[in-house]
Amino acid sequence: MPVKHVNNVPVWQRREPLKQYAIWAGWMLGGMLFLLCWKVISDNTIWEFMYDAGTQAGSLIGRMIPPDWSITGSLMIPLWDTINIATVGTALGIVIAFPLAFLAARNTTPHPALRAVALGIIVSSRSINALIWAMLLVTIVGPGIFAGMLAIALRSIGFVGKLLYEAIEEIHPTPVEALSSTGAARTQVLAYSVWPQIMPAFAGISVYRWDINIREATTLGLVGAGGIGLQMNASINNLAWAQVATVFVLIFATVIVSEWVSAKVRHAVI
Amino acid sequence: MLKLTGLSKRYDTGDLALNDINLSVPAGQVMALIGPSGAGKSTLIRCVNRLVEPSTGSIELDGQDITRVRGSKLRQARRQIGMIFQNYALVERLSVMENVLSGRLAYVGFWRSFLRKFPASDIQQAFNLLERVGLQTMFDKRGDALSGGQKQRVGIARALMQNPKLLLVDEPTASLDPKTSRQIMRLICELCREQQLAAIINIHDVVLAQQFVDRVVGLRGGELVFDGDPKDLSPDILTSIYGEEDWSVVDDDNDEPADTSAPAAVDIAGAHP
Amino acid sequence: MSSAGTDSAALSTLEQQRIEHARAGRWRPLPLVRSRRWRWAINLSVLLYVVLAWLSVDVNWSRVAQGMERGQDFVASFLQPDFTSRSGEILTGLWESLTMTFTATVIGVALAIPVGLGAARNIAPLPVYFFCRGIIAISRTFQEIIIAILFVTMFGFGPLAGVITLAFATIGFMAKLLAEDIEDTHKEPLEAIRATGGGWLQWINYAVQPQVMPRLIGLSLYRLDINFRESAVIGIVGAGGIGATLNTSINRYDYDTSAAILLLIIVIVLMSEYLSGYVRKWTQ
Repeated sequence: MPVKHVNNVPVWQRREPLKQYAIWAGWMLGGMLFLLCWKVISDNTIWEFMYDAGTQAGSLIGRMIPPDWSITGSLMIPLWDTINIATVGTALGIVIAFPLAFLAARNTTPHPALRAVALGIIVSSRSINALIWAMLLVTIVGPGIFAGMLAIALRSIGFVGKLLYEAIEEIHPTPVEALSSTGAARTQVLAYSVWPQIMPAFAGISVYRWDINIREATTLGLVGAGGIGLQMNASINNLAWAQVATVFVLIFATVIVSEWVSAKVRHAVI
Repeated sequence: MLKLTGLSKRYDTGDLALNDINLSVPAGQVMALIGPSGAGKSTLIRCVNRLVEPSTGSIELDGQDITRVRGSKLRQARRQIGMIFQNYALVERLSVMENVLSGRLAYVGFWRSFLRKFPASDIQQAFNLLERVGLQTMFDKRGDALSGGQKQRVGIARALMQNPKLLLVDEPTASLDPKTSRQIMRLICELCREQQLAAIINIHDVVLAQQFVDRVVGLRGGELVFDGDPKDLSPDILTSIYGEEDWSVVDDDNDEPADTSAPAAVDIAGAHP
Repeated sequence: MSSAGTDSAALSTLEQQRIEHARAGRWRPLPLVRSRRWRWAINLSVLLYVVLAWLSVDVNWSRVAQGMERGQDFVASFLQPDFTSRSGEILTGLWESLTMTFTATVIGVALAIPVGLGAARNIAPLPVYFFCRGIIAISRTFQEIIIAILFVTMFGFGPLAGVITLAFATIGFMAKLLAEDIEDTHKEPLEAIRATGGGWLQWINYAVQPQVMPRLIGLSLYRLDINFRESAVIGIVGAGGIGATLNTSINRYDYDTSAAILLLIIVIVLMSEYLSGYVRKWTQ
């Protein structure tokens, strides 16, 4: 317990002096960094626009309310497309991430070189947003929901792979040892002692990612990868903000439903 | 049927966990392995089925040298050795029946085992084993819904599903209360006698060991220091194994044998963490 | 040896049936979903979905085949990334992304604390609770790029709109988790501090904060990582950062430059992950 002596009377301090100085230095550094960054941002900002912001916001909201409900019918198919992009993309991503996670986990990988490769794939997939993948894929496979599905899948591989291999590394090793000692083959040991232990995590991670992917899939249309984003992009380009508002409402409703489903499933598989 | 010759294990850190162990266990003999913590009891047991690789020496199972075998030969050897663990080592999320059937994984192909389509004879055997250990109504329960003693009995059933010739038992009673400990020890030893299994039981409760086994082997610092009848465990012998202590409770030959209503024996070895 | 006896009479008929079957050598594990109706409903709806989805997905395979060559170009470009031809734009873009990330995360976390406190049922009055939960809901429903479009309209092009976008997204993310943590805190320390008679702020500082702080630090580092990745994307709609340069290079099929930018992003994300692991260990 850190104690300082003032006039020969012990005084309790929360931390050792050195640690306290280090923490203050850390805060000062952080503060300076913040001011530096703020300056950079501010130099690149046209502040006149900022003063205008209030009125701009007001007029924007004015143009969005009331939403243009007439286009709701035409949005149903794009919405269906969006859900498909998310669902099929997630499924594809999971199918690829599953074996990858086993290769990346320290306790199940057959070889350290394979582990390095698997981790590399997971990190690359994780670092690049679905929207970027979509931009690339649209130029390769053409616009449409196929590009969207692949984009979602490629992004999901990293997310699911990382969480899954972390779950694999956290299992109890004794059941694995016990089943190996019966003379069972490696695959059987994995199926009977590793899989049951990671199954709840797997289900939870998959549904969680699906939920996030629904949100991401709504934006892929902005770069041409299908779904409701296409209509949203068109309406924004036409400055038809009332239509944009309708799209927003639909997205909001869909996300609420998907989040409910996700919470329900994650709760059930403990 | 098990013969260990010159078995040694030196870990990468330099620790010599086992030093030139020579041991022979004939079929049907139940042998207790006693000694202080860190004496190498767990290492010895795990070397037999190669969960730990021995550094030097040889292991012979029924005349076959299994010291260096790999792949399917190793798996075949392991099939004949059943192992029972201190913390039960069940797959908690699976049902009791699945845990017991997993003892037969080495005999059933991957897809059949994955889809749980075990042959009828295996299921009958599993049921009979569960009946023998008293859990025949619990086979659908999840592993984590059982008490410690029940889990250990499932572990015993799983080991016996392999129809093994040798049982390796690693501290079966360390996590159990005194009464359950005696029940489990009695069960293991009865089953070994019924099925003529050789067994090595790693145990630190000396009194418990004395009551049920045919032979006691003492390990200290990785070396064999005693090998003989349980009745020969005098205080001097115990001191040579564990160190200086008041062994007076152990040395009383006038005690009623196997008196289950007596209060729980004092844990002489004091190795309970 | 007797078991902890279950009387045969206490077993249901289903259980007795299963016992008899097992004795005869027949046993299958109990299904995951016990109720028969639900099982049928789930299986049927999954099948229905697969059929409908299959019918509605329309892939232009000839276009895909045509694009394969370009795909190969893209993969090849990773082996020869071009850092030099557009180095100026790349550097300014990355620097802008990094500064946006840091600023936005600091502002976002700072503002998330009051919003998170206001969204915790056990410490906030009802109207405040609903208001804060509303902000969180909007922030979390809409992807960052949608919010970026709105803020660019309001605040004009440039990194300021980007900072506000990411800060807003950070608020939603952090405040929700913070509120859940606060709602989950152990009641006893909260009551104990309240019993000493301190003010509300002191109560927060001594009872709520210590339980919540470690996770807050971890989450902030995680959000830093997410914000950086998003900052590389919102430039597409004019909110600053490297996104604009990336978009241009992709649209021009200038894959070598794209690969360079993507590799830089991957490296920065990797480094930030190492750093955050290090910081987390240091603060634990």
